[in-house]
Amino acid sequence: MILIWLIILQLGAGILSWLLSKRDNRLAAGIALTAVIACLLLTIQLFARFRPSFAGGGQWLMEYRADWIPAFGISFHLALDGLSLAMLLLTFFLGALAVLCSWKEIRQRAGFFYFNLLWTLAGITGVFLAIDLFLFYFFWEVMLIPMFFLIYIWGDTRRRYAAIKFFLFTQAGGLLMLLSILAMVIIHAGQAGRYSFDYADLLNTTLSPGTAKLIMGGYLLAFAIKLPVVPFHNWLPDAHGEAPTAGSLILAGLLLKTGAYGIIRFVITMFPEAAASVSWWAMLAGVIGIIYGAFLAYGQTDLKRLIAYTSVSHMGFVMLGAFSFSEMAMQGVVMQLLTHGISTGALFAIAGMLKERLHTRELGRMGGMWTTMPRMGGIAMLFTMASLGLPMLGNFIAEFFILMGAFQASVPLTVIASTGLVFAALYSLRMVQKVFLGPPSVENITFDLDARELVVLGALSVSIVLLGLFPQPVFDMITNVIRNLNHTYE
Amino acid sequence: MMSIQVSAVLIVAAILFVLGFIGVLTRKNILFMLISVEIMLNAAGLAFVAASAKWQQADGQVMFLFILAMAAAEVSVGLALVLQIYHQYKTLDIEKLNALKDE
Amino acid sequence: MNNLLAYIPAFPLLGFLVLSIAGRKMSKNLVALTGAGTICISAIISLVIAAGFISSPPTEGFISTSVWHWFTLSDFIVNIGLRADALSVVFIFIITFVGALIHIYSAEFMRHDEDYARFFASMNLFVCSMLLLVLADNLVLLYLGWEGVGLCSYLLIGFWFKEPTNNHAANKAFLITRIGDTAMLIGLFLIFHNLRTLNIQEILLLAPQNFSTGSSEITLIALLLLAGGMGKSAQVPLQTWLPDAMAGPSPVSALIHAATMVTAGVYLVARMNAVFALSPLAMSIVAVVGAVTLLLAGCSAMVQSDIKRILAYSTISQIGYMFLALGVGAWTAAIFHFFTHAFFKALLFLAAGVIIESLHHEHNIFRMGGLKKSMPVVFVTFLAGAAALAALPLVTAGFFSKDPILWYAFSSEKGNAWLWMTALLGAFLTAFYTTRLMIVVFWGEAKTAIGHHPGKAMIIPLIILAILSVTAGFVEWPHNMIHLTLFSDLLHQQLPEVALKPDLPAESLFQLIAALTTFAGIALGYMLYYRKTYLATSWLQSPSVAGVHNLFKSGWGFDHFYRAVFVQPFLFITRINRTDFFDRIYDGIASLNIQLNRFLSLSQNGSLRWYVVGVLAGALFIITLQLLL
Repeated sequence: MILIWLIILQLGAGILSWLLSKRDNRLAAGIALTAVIACLLLTIQLFARFRPSFAGGGQWLMEYRADWIPAFGISFHLALDGLSLAMLLLTFFLGALAVLCSWKEIRQRAGFFYFNLLWTLAGITGVFLAIDLFLFYFFWEVMLIPMFFLIYIWGDTRRRYAAIKFFLFTQAGGLLMLLSILAMVIIHAGQAGRYSFDYADLLNTTLSPGTAKLIMGGYLLAFAIKLPVVPFHNWLPDAHGEAPTAGSLILAGLLLKTGAYGIIRFVITMFPEAAASVSWWAMLAGVIGIIYGAFLAYGQTDLKRLIAYTSVSHMGFVMLGAFSFSEMAMQGVVMQLLTHGISTGALFAIAGMLKERLHTRELGRMGGMWTTMPRMGGIAMLFTMASLGLPMLGNFIAEFFILMGAFQASVPLTVIASTGLVFAALYSLRMVQKVFLGPPSVENITFDLDARELVVLGALSVSIVLLGLFPQPVFDMITNVIRNLNHTYE
Repeated sequence: MMSIQVSAVLIVAAILFVLGFIGVLTRKNILFMLISVEIMLNAAGLAFVAASAKWQQADGQVMFLFILAMAAAEVSVGLALVLQIYHQYKTLDIEKLNALKDE
Repeated sequence: MNNLLAYIPAFPLLGFLVLSIAGRKMSKNLVALTGAGTICISAIISLVIAAGFISSPPTEGFISTSVWHWFTLSDFIVNIGLRADALSVVFIFIITFVGALIHIYSAEFMRHDEDYARFFASMNLFVCSMLLLVLADNLVLLYLGWEGVGLCSYLLIGFWFKEPTNNHAANKAFLITRIGDTAMLIGLFLIFHNLRTLNIQEILLLAPQNFSTGSSEITLIALLLLAGGMGKSAQVPLQTWLPDAMAGPSPVSALIHAATMVTAGVYLVARMNAVFALSPLAMSIVAVVGAVTLLLAGCSAMVQSDIKRILAYSTISQIGYMFLALGVGAWTAAIFHFFTHAFFKALLFLAAGVIIESLHHEHNIFRMGGLKKSMPVVFVTFLAGAAALAALPLVTAGFFSKDPILWYAFSSEKGNAWLWMTALLGAFLTAFYTTRLMIVVFWGEAKTAIGHHPGKAMIIPLIILAILSVTAGFVEWPHNMIHLTLFSDLLHQQLPEVALKPDLPAESLFQLIAALTTFAGIALGYMLYYRKTYLATSWLQSPSVAGVHNLFKSGWGFDHFYRAVFVQPFLFITRINRTDFFDRIYDGIASLNIQLNRFLSLSQNGSLRWYVVGVLAGALFIITLQLLL
């Protein structure tokens, strides 16, 4: 029951904050914050409860099931395992920070803003929990449409363009996924004699290699667009760049992760042979993403677009690791999802805070900010270092394991991917230099972080350092999931 | 009872239809275009009646009743629209009423 | 003693945390106390451990402690584990002891800087990372320290970040070392791929069992690790960052870019000696890299006019000597040279810092001069350091450490006459440029007025280091003189001894040649810069000499080469593709749709008649189809 409460709490709080916001913007934000923190506490409590049993046998730690449309075998089926638990922790953690980031930024129609924010989060929660494919698709759309509004209404100058581009790309992928789901359900119905959208049922469908490849292609494309994999990444810099701070934070921190989650949960698990047959190409796409994203990040003059392209580069590592079919790389991938969510989320939060102060995202108009904002400078330096993969911080653990695991699968691709670390240093240092170093300009004199911002960035800093120094709890959480995966591809 | 050739009736219906159609095409005034549409509807009704007489089936008669009802409805809505258009644009010239044009 | 080990890096870390969180609210005295105090405590603990090592060596030859469990993935277990053997003890002693002296010096040197706390925070983090690097019991933790020192080096080179050139220097240092680091990381993957472990002791144990001598895999591993070492230790071709790194404050140059961090490569090669020993090819590459570096950097040092750049090139050159020693298998000699070099090079940088401060931030040696009388303490200490650098026979530490390298370059099984002659030429150059530096700075007439004299906190470290620069060599004498080999006795617990060629000429002959070479270098410097100063200027008139001079001065044109081959193409690509090539494709699809829309909307012109014709045409079309088909 807790699982469904996690979703209902957010949906309900979203409606509530919309209805009540006529009177008070702060109230809307307060409701949103309370709901997300309640969800976070619930999830932490789940984590504490299941911690001893992560290594234990069963596939799911927790399940909830109710009939929805029995005629077509559609049920409201949620389940939790280590992977989804890890992703939920990230979701609510970043969700709470996203609300805090919007505290001052959003002044117009705040109630509707928090409604959309919470519904996006609810959609993401659903995506991480649903194991009925119809339900999964449903949540996939639930997270998309409020996000569209977040960008479309509260975005920057080119928000309309960005929102529509985001919608079109994701929707095209979603449609392909729907086709694949339907194809699979129909094939399964032909074999089993009844309709079922249930993950466990569909997992046992026997498919001819050709069909499996086609159907997997549909899923893979949908997730690859979301991840994103070059050349399907073009929605990302626009959407990230134009979205309000909370939107960028959720896009980079969470929405991209749904793509990776889908790849692990569906593509690799349901179509092990088909996935293995395209693994080299998928890894290549990952490597291209790493290098291409880094090159583009270096060339940007807009801070948020720069950070957006670094996401392209980092998500290339996910693709590389996920398709290298090694346990080590897979652990690295999940770690990368968490650490990238935190580090890029932090960078977007910083970009948002800078924008509130300077009213620009142009690197050319920044510089010397460390002098006036030493606290922010220090924290920005920390996350820059995280993003270029400095040990001690979580991102290093992730990239180290991905590369080490991928090394067993393909040496040349891994070596090329490793050069991405050099390019990461290039764009990261350029960013820090353009924004924080150099001579301070008079017009940039501004105030340092306030208490609320310090809480946001402090929480992110502490978590990235903890993940770097004590990564074992995360590994424990997902070891079992990955072992199960291993069984499927053996 | 003198029976009229079905083909003759159909020819009359066709002539009526074409006349109506030419009216729709050539008239500039919406009101006349509406009248022309009425003529076309009636031509269709005539064809139905003739067909019904030919095969001794009631369906054609029923269809004619439908057409009558529809024509009445169409005229009432159409005339209301025409009134509104005149009210708004002070003209019934179809050449000038091209607000539906895509920009 | 085991329990103490973890506290050595813990105190600097504590200092870093306190200073970075609360540093801006603390008084300068408190900052200095925290910054320098933590290092001093670490130094005392290291001294205790080092004393323990010498007086009663632990039975296994090392002490170790596991601080916490880092991560486990099936059979791959990595701890934050520290392990100190003789090699590490030498390093932690130097890091904490020289580090403490430099921190004390900095307390006064940086006194008037507004970012006092940030300076000490970065320095403390550096010391912590460096200690982790040398104490790590596995390569992942070593890599953590390795990157940590890189970060601190970056932060401290760009410490005065308002000056864009400093930032460029910092970026350059970080990037070039990162290239080496990435190669090293790939080396780590390769090691794990073959041995399924990254624990250093296990690797050293397993490598000889799993690889045959000279196999291509072990050579590749060794070379990848070497690439990491070359980046950090500024060896050709990754040396170009170090001269620019002098943009940082002088204490930083002394601690990071002379005494400790830049010798991390030496440590790595020495630490992984069993891996390198398996690959003769990698060993000779190490030796050749060292030899080439020492020569190229020596040439560049001769013609610089910035006091810190002279010292930077001499640092590169001296580390070249260490690599040369490693390459010929003289592990102990390399570490011994590191040991003495740390003292005298730190001393030279600190003294240079004093001079620069006193002369209103003047870096050009030709605008100094005559400091012998006006700054006697600095003169005497600098002289001690310079003599050690030039390896003045018998009275300086530099001689005792450089002489074995020259000897082994020839006499070791892996050595040969070419390596020896290169090293000898390097020794000549070293003596020459050191003499030039001394004479130009301290003799002649004063060209810049002295601003203020250094205080006690800056002078005392200079004196201590000067004493050590003279005496540190006495712990290890050449075999043919006094039989006192404290240092190599200690290290031979860890590092293998040199295998010598049979039928060698007498060692004393080589020592004599080396000594004469040094004197010749000094004599040439004396001639050119004291007796007949017109000679140097007249030589520079001729275009060929001037060309060579410029080549040397620009560091052999590596910067230009890299700029043309790597930097410019990269910038070009990022510039032309700034708007993302793939976006053009999607824009193309979008504009195709818009064109199609425009074409179809021609039909929607608002004319009712046009629509009616459309209906008619459609009806006719369908009827025709019906009739025809």
